[in-house]
This record gives sequence, C-alpha cells and structure tokens, in this order.
Amino acid sequence: MARFSFLELARQALSGHQGWPRHWRSRELQPRYDILIIGAGGHGLAAAWHLARDHGARNIAVLEAGWLGGGNVARNTVTIRSNYMRDDSIPFYVRSVALFDRLTRDLNYNTMHSRRGMVDVLQTWGMVRDRRRRRLTMDLHGATYRPMSVPELRRMVPPLTGGGPDARLPILGAEFHPDAAVNRHDAVAWGYARAIDAMGVEIHQNTPVRAILRGADGAVTGVDTPRGVVRADKVALAVSGHTTTLTETAGLRLPLRTINLSAFVSEPLQPCLDVIVNCPDLGVYLSQSDKGELVIGGATDLGQSFRRDVKQHVFEETVAAMLDLFPAFRQVKMLRQWGGHLDIAHDASPIVSATDVPGLFVSAGWWGGYKAIPAGGMCLAHLVATGTPHPLAAPFGLGRFRHLDYVLEAGTTTAR
Amino acid sequence: MLLIECPFCGPRAEIEFSYGGPAATRRPDDPAQVSDADWVDWLTVPENRAGPVPERWCHAKGCGAWLTVLRDTRTHDILDVRHGA
Amino acid sequence: MAPERMAQGGRIDRDRVLRFRFDGRGMTGHPGDTLASALLANGVRIVTRSFKYHRPRGIMGAGVEEPAALAALAGAQGQGNVVPTTLPLRDGLEVRSIHGWPSVRCDLGAVAGLVSRLIPAGFYYKTFMWPDWHLFEPAIRKAAGLAPVPDTPPQGRYEVRNAQCDLLIVGAGPAGLMAAVVAARAGARVMLADEGLEAGGSLLARPARIDGAAAMNWVAAAVAELAALPNVTHLQHATAWGWREHGLVMVQERAPDHRGLIERGWRVRARHVICATGAIERMLVFPGNDRPGVMLASAVQAYINRWGVRPGRRAVVFTNNDSGHDVARELRAGGVELAAVIDSRAGASADDLPLLAGQVVQRSLGWRGLRGVEVAPLSGGKTQRIACDLLAVSGGWNPAVHLHSQSRGTLRWDDTIAAFRPDRTAQPSASVGAADGRFGLHQALQSGAGAVAAHLGLAMPDIPQAEDAPYRIEPLWSVPSATGSKAFVDLMNDVTLDDIALANREGYGAVEHAKRYTTAGMALDQGKTGNVNVIGILAGLQDAAPGQIGTTTFRAPYTPVSFGTIAGGRAGPALLPYRHTPLTDWHIAQGAVIYEAGARWRRPGYYSQPGESFQQTIDREARTVRQGVAIYDGAPLGLYAIEGPDALRLIEHACTARYGTLAPGMGRYGLMLTEDGLIFDDGVTFRLAEDRFLLSASTGNADAVGLHLEKILQIDRPDWRVRVVNLTQQWMNATLCGPRARQVLARLTDMDLSTDAFPFMGLRAGQVAGLRSRVARVSFTGELSYEINVRQRDLPTLWDALLQAGAQDGIIPIGSEANHVLRVEKGFLSLGHEVDGTVDPYDLGMGWAMAAKKGDFIGLRSVRLRRASGLARRELVGLLPEDPEVSLPEGAPITPGGRREASEGLVTACVRSVVLDRWVGLGLLLGGHARRGERVQVRLPDRTIAAKVVAPVFHDADGTRMRE
Repeated sequence: MARFSFLELARQALSGHQGWPRHWRSRELQPRYDILIIGAGGHGLAAAWHLARDHGARNIAVLEAGWLGGGNVARNTVTIRSNYMRDDSIPFYVRSVALFDRLTRDLNYNTMHSRRGMVDVLQTWGMVRDRRRRRLTMDLHGATYRPMSVPELRRMVPPLTGGGPDARLPILGAEFHPDAAVNRHDAVAWGYARAIDAMGVEIHQNTPVRAILRGADGAVTGVDTPRGVVRADKVALAVSGHTTTLTETAGLRLPLRTINLSAFVSEPLQPCLDVIVNCPDLGVYLSQSDKGELVIGGATDLGQSFRRDVKQHVFEETVAAMLDLFPAFRQVKMLRQWGGHLDIAHDASPIVSATDVPGLFVSAGWWGGYKAIPAGGMCLAHLVATGTPHPLAAPFGLGRFRHLDYVLEAGTTTAR
Repeated sequence: MLLIECPFCGPRAEIEFSYGGPAATRRPDDPAQVSDADWVDWLTVPENRAGPVPERWCHAKGCGAWLTVLRDTRTHDILDVRHGA
Repeated sequence: MAPERMAQGGRIDRDRVLRFRFDGRGMTGHPGDTLASALLANGVRIVTRSFKYHRPRGIMGAGVEEPAALAALAGAQGQGNVVPTTLPLRDGLEVRSIHGWPSVRCDLGAVAGLVSRLIPAGFYYKTFMWPDWHLFEPAIRKAAGLAPVPDTPPQGRYEVRNAQCDLLIVGAGPAGLMAAVVAARAGARVMLADEGLEAGGSLLARPARIDGAAAMNWVAAAVAELAALPNVTHLQHATAWGWREHGLVMVQERAPDHRGLIERGWRVRARHVICATGAIERMLVFPGNDRPGVMLASAVQAYINRWGVRPGRRAVVFTNNDSGHDVARELRAGGVELAAVIDSRAGASADDLPLLAGQVVQRSLGWRGLRGVEVAPLSGGKTQRIACDLLAVSGGWNPAVHLHSQSRGTLRWDDTIAAFRPDRTAQPSASVGAADGRFGLHQALQSGAGAVAAHLGLAMPDIPQAEDAPYRIEPLWSVPSATGSKAFVDLMNDVTLDDIALANREGYGAVEHAKRYTTAGMALDQGKTGNVNVIGILAGLQDAAPGQIGTTTFRAPYTPVSFGTIAGGRAGPALLPYRHTPLTDWHIAQGAVIYEAGARWRRPGYYSQPGESFQQTIDREARTVRQGVAIYDGAPLGLYAIEGPDALRLIEHACTARYGTLAPGMGRYGLMLTEDGLIFDDGVTFRLAEDRFLLSASTGNADAVGLHLEKILQIDRPDWRVRVVNLTQQWMNATLCGPRARQVLARLTDMDLSTDAFPFMGLRAGQVAGLRSRVARVSFTGELSYEINVRQRDLPTLWDALLQAGAQDGIIPIGSEANHVLRVEKGFLSLGHEVDGTVDPYDLGMGWAMAAKKGDFIGLRSVRLRRASGLARRELVGLLPEDPEVSLPEGAPITPGGRREASEGLVTACVRSVVLDRWVGLGLLLGGHARRGERVQVRLPDRTIAAKVVAPVFHDADGTRMRE
C-alpha cells in the first residue's frame, strides 16, 4: 500500500500519477476462509478492519453482491452524532463518534471528517423536555448538549429566518451538540477497503450470497454464491435491508422489517450552513457539504420496501418543513435525490448478535446506521472473534426479544 | 405515493390512508395456550419478503375501512386489496 | 442589432428589443431568445470559470444538456446557478458571470490550473490529513459552491396541482405531438408536457419538412388542433422531472400564466405514459474540448436556425456520425465559413463537404477563446492546423432515457446507434421517437402514432409524410492524444479522461465507483452529454463492451427543480393544521398563554395576571382548585360511543379493567396496552346501558384509539356486533373542580348532586344551564370534580354560565400547568411523562387495573411473559428533594450514589406542591417500589440533588376528597 501524503502526491504527479497502486485487488475466490463477512458496506468493511487489526484475523473474505460501498454507506446524509436518550445507547455512539474522529489517521485516507456540531431547533415544549432529558443523560456518558438561546441560534444559522414569534411553531430554544460531525461517506468505505486489502483481507465484489449453508449439527458451514460454495465456520451478516432474506435461507426468523429512507441534495451554494441543523418537531435535518450542496433528510416511508426510491408525499413534507424555517431556500433547486433501504427491529434498536444458528452472526437494525459504522464494526468483530458480545453492544443482543425486554430508544415499538 | 384501490371508494392516494403495519397471522384466540417462543415470534417477527407482503391500511380519511393489501415490496405493485383480514 | 445576429431567420421577434446587462455591459436581445442565444448574439464567449481549474468556459449547448455555462441573476429576481440555455430572456435582466474573481475574463483562481498536476481525481483523499483536515476545510469550502445563497424569499408564490389522465405524453417534438394528436382525436384524456418554451422539439432547430412543407407548419397545426380539444391539457415550459410508483409523474411548470405565481408543480397520475423525450448529443473527448468556441453541433444548428445567431465566423465540424454533416451544410447556409468537416470514420464521405475522413481533432488551439484546431488521422500520421473560431462537435446521440429509467424500466446497449436505449418497461408506458433510439423524422411520427394506437387498440392511423435522414455512427470515446492532457468528460466538475483512467487504475473501475471517485456526472447538468463517454472510456480501459459496464442510476430530478415548486403552497398553518376548541379565542382574549397539547389542540397553559410571576400564576390556579373552585377547558378529550351486543367484549378486550360488573350509570378507570404489554393510553369508560358504553381517551391518542378499536373489529373480530362512533368533536366538556364545585353546579341544574344519588365515578344525564348535558363525576385533580359534557356548539354558553354561577365562590379558569401540579400531587400518571412507551401497569403500581380474572385482553400475554423473566424494572416512586426549596429538573437521571455513570432512574415530573408548600416529584426508579425511605441522588452535570423515595402521592392518599 502506497502511503498517502502530500509528498507522495507530489512525487506521483511527476510521473503523471501512473504509479498509484490499486486500492484493493481482485483475487481468486478461495474455497474456504476462517471468517466470511457478507456485505462490503460500512459495517461489513469496518468489522473486517477490526478483526484484522484488533484480533489478528487475516483469513477473511468480504463478499459483496454489487460494488463495495454501494449500500447505505453510499446513500446516507453523513450525520455523525451521539445525542441519544438511553444509557444502553449513548456510550455506544459516543465511542463511534470518537472512532470516526480518528478514522482518517487510522486508515491513512482522508475522510474529510468535519466536527462541526449539530444544533437541534426546538419548537414545542414536549421537545424541549425531551432534549433536556437527553442532555442530562448524555452527560453521564461524556456526550454533550448545550442549551442555546434563540438569538444565539440565529447567529449560528443565518438562513434560519423562519420560526419567529408569529410563526405556526415559534422557535422556543435550541440545543447544541458539539460532538456531531459530517464526513465523506465514500471515503469511509474506500478507506476501510484499502486498509483491509493491505492487511490481506479479501474483498469479492459482484459475489451475491444465495444461501447460508448449515451442517448436520445445525452450525454454519459456509455460503452458496454463483461463483461456487465458500466454506467458513463463522459467517457475519452486515447487509442492511437484506438481513432476513439471507437468514431465512438458514431457517432463521428475525424481528426485522425493511423500509425505505430517502434523502436529497440541492444545487451547490456558497457556504451558508456551518453546522448540522436538525428540526425534530418538523422532521427535517440538513447540513452543507464541502461542495456546497445542502444535504437534506426527513422521515422514513410507511410500509416495507426494498425499492430504494422516493415517496413523493414524504419528500414534499420534508421540503415544506425545511422551507418553513428557511424560506429563502424556496428558490434553491434540488439537484439529486435517492432512497436506501434499511431494516428496523421490532423495538427500533440495533441488533449486534450471535444467533440460534451456531457460527452465524448478524449486525442489523441500523436506523441511522452510518454514525454507528466504526463502533458497530468494532463490536461485530469482537463478537465474531471472541464469541462474546462487546460490552458496548451487550444491550443489542437478540436475546432481549425472548423476554420482550426491549431497548426503547425511540420510545415505541414498530407498528403492528 | 401509492394508489390504493379501496373496495368501497375506488383508487385513492396513499395520503388518505393510515398505515397499520405488516399483517400478522390471526391473533391466537387464547394466547395463554401459546408457548413463549411462539408468542414472541407472532408478536415481533413480521413477514419481510422482497416480494408480495400483506399489510394493513385504514382508509382513515375516507370510508374508515381497514384493508389488507398485498403489495410487492420490490415494485409497489398491489396484487390484492380486501376489506378486513 | 447585436453583432452576431443574422439579418433574418429564426423564431425571434426582431421588432421588439429586450435590454439586459451582463457583468455590467448593456446588451440587447429579442422575444424568443434565451439568455444563451442573446449572449452569443452579442459576441459573449466566456460566461463562466470552471469549478476546479478556473478555466474559461462558454456556452456549449442549447438546452437542458448545457455542460459548461452557468450564470447568476442579480436584483429582485436574483438566483444563482442559472443555466443560460434554458432561461427565456426578459427585459431588464441583470446577469453576472459565475466563479470569476475579479472578473470572468481575468480570473486569479486560474493559478489552480497551474498546479493541476497535483490535484487529479480524488487528490483530497490522499492529502490534507496532516495535521488535520480542519485546517484545510475552510479554504476548500470557500472555493466550492457556485451560487450565492439567496437572502430573501422570492416575491410571489408557488402552488401544486393534482391531475389525472389516460395518457401523459412527455415531449412535444414530432413523436410526442403525433402521439398527442392521435390520442386526443380518439377522445382520451391527454396531458402533454414539454420542457421547451414552445412546441416542436428538434424541429425548432432544423430545416426539416413534413408533408412537403416546413415542419413547423405541421407543428403549428397540431398545437392548434390540441388547443381546440377539451380533453387535452398542453403545458409548455413544463418539465416532467420525476416518475414515481403507480404512474405518478411530477411536472414542473416554469412560467404559469397566472399573476403572482412563480412556478407550479403538477402531480400527474397517468394510466399510461409516452416518453417522447428526444435525444441528447454527446460531447467528444479531446484536449481542450472545453475551450470557448467549442460547441455541440446540435447547439450550433439551433443557434443558426432557431435564433438567427452566428456562433462563429469560421467553423470546423468534428463528428463521428452522420448528423454532423447536416450541421455543416446549415452552417454554410447560415453564412458561416466552413473550414473543414473532421469525421473520425475512415469510410465517411460527403461530396458537397470539405471532409477529412478518418481524422480527428488532436487538440483545440487558442487562449481564452478558440483560434484553431490541430487535426491528424485517427490511425496516426501528419498533423495539420486549421484556423477557426467555432468547432461544432458531435459524439453521437443518446436517447433521453431518464424518465423511462426512473420508472424502473431497463436499458440495453445497442451497437447500431452506439447508445443505451429503453428495453423493458416497468410501468404502463412506451418510449417513442428519438427517446427510443429512432432518430429519423418519419420514424418519430410513426412510433408516436403507433404507440398510442397500440395502447388504445386503434388501427394504425395515417401519418404525415417525412424522410428519415441516415444515421450511422462509429463510436469515438476519446481521441488518442487525449491521454496526459486536459480532455474533459465532465466540464462542470472539471473531470478529465486522465481522471477516469486514474480511477480505473486505482480500482475504481465500476461505473458507480468511477463516478463517485472522479465526480463525473455529479454536477448541475448531471452529465447529460458526458456520462456515456465515461462508460465508453471505462469499457475501453477494461476491454469490455459498454453494455457490460452499465450505467449509473438515473435519479430524479431530470433537471434541477426549485424547492418552492416541490412544497407548493404548504407553509405555516397549511403545513401543520391545528385544532381549536370553541373556547380557544376566549382563552386568548383572557390573556392565557396557549400551549399546543396533544393532537395539535390549542388550549390554555396558564392565565397570567398582571404583576404575577409564572410560579405565582400556577400556584394561584392550583390552590384555587384545592380550596375553592375552578374550570378547565376539557374539550379535546377523546370520546367514543361503543354500542352493540358485543360492546362489552370489545372494551374488555381492548382495556385492562373489568367492565362486566359495572352498573349502568357508572364508570371505571382502565388502561389500554399495546400487544407488547406496554401502556398506550388510559381513561375512564362509562356504562350507559347493558350494551352501550362511553370510552374516553387521552387527547393526544384520541385518533389512534379510534383506529385501534376499528382495527380490532374489522381485522380480528369481524363477527362481533359493535358500533364505534367518535364523539370527540361532538361532545365537549368543561371540567368544574374544587371543593365548592358541587354548590356551583347546583345553581345550574336540578340534578341531585348528593354523593348518594351521584357518587364518584357516576355519569348522569340532565340539564345544566338549560343545556342537554352528560355530567361525569371523575377527577384528574384529586378534588371533587364534574366533567360537564355538552354539544360542541353549547360549550361557550356552558362556560359563561359556570363563570357566572361561580362568581360568588371566586371561580377562575385554570390551564394545563396547574392541572399538571394537581395530578403530580396525586400521583396520577401522565402520558409523555411517566408513560413514555416503556412502562407496564405494574411498573406504575397499577397492577390493580389488570383484571386478569376476566380472561385474555390485549397486552396481558406479553406483560406476563416479560414479568416472568424476573428482570428488574423501573417503577414509579414519589421523590421529595431533601431541600424542599430545590426542584428536580424533569428528565434528570438518578444514578447510583450520584456518580457519573449509567442511571438507575429518572425524574419524570417535579412541581411546587401547593398543599405541602415544597417541591415534590415523581420518578421511575429501578426496583423503586421496594425502596421507599431510601435516599437517592439526582445527577446533574455540575452537582447532585439528594431526594427521598416516598409513595407517589402527596395529597389525600385515600382519595376521600374526590369521593365525598
């Protein structure tokens, strides 16, 4: 692996950049590995990296149905934060934010990590109470919220001119979450891929898994792909949206359903938003990328979907909500929109867990899973390598459903 | 925005409907007789096929009928709509 | 007249002059001009500096495909990122170039071009890491972003309309117009949407003939025929930008003929869609292909024929297909000197043209503008220079398959046209004409008519006579000299052939990787002229066919669409409608601070009096209830009538309590659980008769409870004979509460209010203040209390009567803040506080509400299963801060020993008790029921607060006051 640096860039420039090696290699698919990771998205690649770096595992293959980094890691709004409500969740995300902070150095790949902070715009007293509760609980675990006055908010976010005293929902206050960050999502996937390739982990793109194979004793023995059967005693799934499709081939039923979430970006504008702005009462959040595009997200669609599309009315609500607070954006144009599918657990909290099938592990139920990539990968790696849950992911085991002992971060279970 | 064919009102836009979740199999008449594992399965594990999936929609801003809609989660094609379960 | 304007020809009105300014220079144009045609007519060559290398760029296209030029509008109509080729010229436009400093002609940022060897694709992934990205980010951000942010909302409004049609035809070129005419004549409901300023499509830009006359005559006749038909809606300047599921197509109408309306969005639900979206010409990739003076051949053709503009004086045409030859002829006809036609196909021939077959442009020459080209045989050999100030390039044509792809239709690579064309459809639709890869005019008319005839089951109609021009192409994805120099595949994002090659070399050869690594195709134009070149280049590098490389996803929108159009008129109350009770205005007039309660009801929070602090107001209101009498607007309380032989079964199935033992005229408190065994709602249910009940639900859940009950009945228990009627907005209550409530009410009714005749939890019908009423003796405050329900329209009358009747007792209205104090003193639960979606009845010490003897009900199985596991639960407790003058912040965690570690509980509510004259709280505490008397610590960031765990009731623990 050629180490990236300004000097190396200058040196390569002299030869017209002909000397850069491949960031990852194409290789022969072997008949057997120690560990198979299914899904070369953020979580799968991060798990492989932690397995290789922290646990010394090398004989690993990451199998990807399409192109690496093509799942939700390519389709999110790059919002990294730890403003959760419950003791079970906050420490996990605090660690994830910290791991993201150092990812550029760890991977020697510039992820353009920008710890710019997020401000929550509060427009109902119920939300003020909710955010206070979060602030006080987050403090126990080293995550930060800071209450902010409305004038301070408006100074921080100049285009936020709506929500005045006569507005339908006047702004009552704000909470600032300085830990929040954005970065470049593709760089995260590619950086992990390049780093694990250098450590000998194999990445096989265009290798969809058709079935998980089990032996006579019920344990996992490998997977079936169009390129042939690949054997391994440990198989870890990180295939957001497709988890149940695969586990059902092993006769395993999981409390997950697959739903669609969409996002969109504006035309590039000169810098106008220095922080991530989240408006929980209206259901919209936005930030501005280094290219100047506003990156905007809203609610999930109703109903299950594997379609990766945009529901027009959900999208319209999100836009209308944004314009209520940012009326000058009415003439700004949308450039691109897209959807991604994620699976959401019955209690809407993630699952990082061993399963009833020996040797089969899952990392699923990531709803806002981008921010969880480093810690999710670390915990999945720990689980696969040691057979025991990482303490940070202990609350996220499948066992909780056996006793209906939910992790109710969202304060509710999914509709039934 | 789906177009759902209400059996009473005809094709109507999704915004007239309330989503009622994936359609479970019929609720056991006497849950006390169901094993813990089966109860947890019934309660928490939905049909999650990439393909036709039954789900509930209520025509809340229309006639109020609760419908069972068979919708393909890959295409949104609606294969069947019926009143009730 | 502007210097490059031809004396005649084109579809502009030379009699009228429009004046505009470009970077301060006064210029003129005519109605019919776009900003681009007017700029070219005025001899403007450079309008933009490029994003990364700050290279000068001019206008290269003539429509939505424009790959290079952008401008900004200043003044009242100000906006950025304007595509000059699609903006109709208006009088008074104030236009600014983009991205030049100090000016677009002399751009200091051009030094970026000098260090360009250091900044190939993805360079930023490899550097700016030490010491930290934060040091570099501000400078990078400043360089990015083309347009300034508007600082004021635009003047005018937006709207959205819904429409249904049998056939939506997108594109009013020859194929679309033909389709529209056939469909309209057959009586179908037709909607025709076209992105151009006027109908005609490609016919606007070329001298074609239909039925032996100018093709535009046929267009005019077709448009007139459609206009006369009532079953046709024809929108021009209207782009179909997104195609969703179930035939929903989004259309943006940019110049609706309505005062004050800026743009109109259409949600068109179409049974069938005809994509007549035409085709888009590709760029050719050679060194310096971005130099001002290089233009798409089709754009050159359009400027000459449609706008009467000479885009240059001496032209070279560079093509790999036949369409470039026609452009060469039209250039000559337009009075432009034709220096040469460079055709990369060795076998190309045209006797009437100065053709150099088998040759390519090696590079363009010039500094700010084009001065010539260097030409050489494709197979290598001697180069020659040809002077020119215009280079018209044609890399072949791509069917505009964007809409077809958005609908999830598939594509296939067709070698004969060297392009992707529609394959299978996914929704009822057809692609016709050039959008289907049929580039001939006869083919366009025939496929347009044929698709409609096939869909409607008509015989194939006669179509007008027209000729198909030949179209042969040999793909040329880049010229050999393009490597190692600036040959662009994406001009707006400054992506070169070398960038693609570098990406491929480094492992980013998958088309999505290459796009993301280099950003090719991700600019405002979304790569309309360049993306297929990228695919062709990747195919060459990987020794594959373009069809094997595949395309990236075609995402909406087809062209950028303003957020205003998407949201339509929704803002403020139209975005979030609220509900008001018949008394909301009265409360406001009384100076109440209005809160938005559950379900968006506007109700009083508290009624502040002059000179009172917030706390004094709440104390006064709460104390009045404890000592005197008060009224509260209970209008939003959810209320359902449940009637029928199986009414009891439904209620006992949905609620935890037992109701079979309830006597008519009496009510019982119960909880509603989710099937997960968690509390969902609470309320009192009254029995009116054997088979008639009134069920009350909390304000916030009123609608959800109705849906829930109906779902049980319609899905699970269709055999039960029950009728559920929502009375929430029919019957509304004023709650009269306080020890003097009985004597006030007695003044307004002849009902017997004695506890014997009208006990606690009783419901009585009768007259109050002369109004038909139902009075419920229930209490949410712990005091004697009557909820007086009347018809909605009677509530203000009742309210006034109660105020008058209670005047001598000092009656006052109270708001929800005082109610909160009163319910906390009693330990009554509140949704959103104690009930946060995680608790079951036992957690709240309400196991008594679980009437297990009656058999199964919703939630019971899950509650039992969870509790059988023996896991410790957070349970409701009262909290007394050790210092009675210190309050516990709501939501604050309780931690073991007050340490900064995972919490063991939290404060759910804390109020200043008017009966104890101190702060009292409620909380959820791990194993709390068994911890009474214990001292716990509430943990705040800067301190801890000690509190004593007590029973969660601070007033009248046995409930005598509300019962007597």
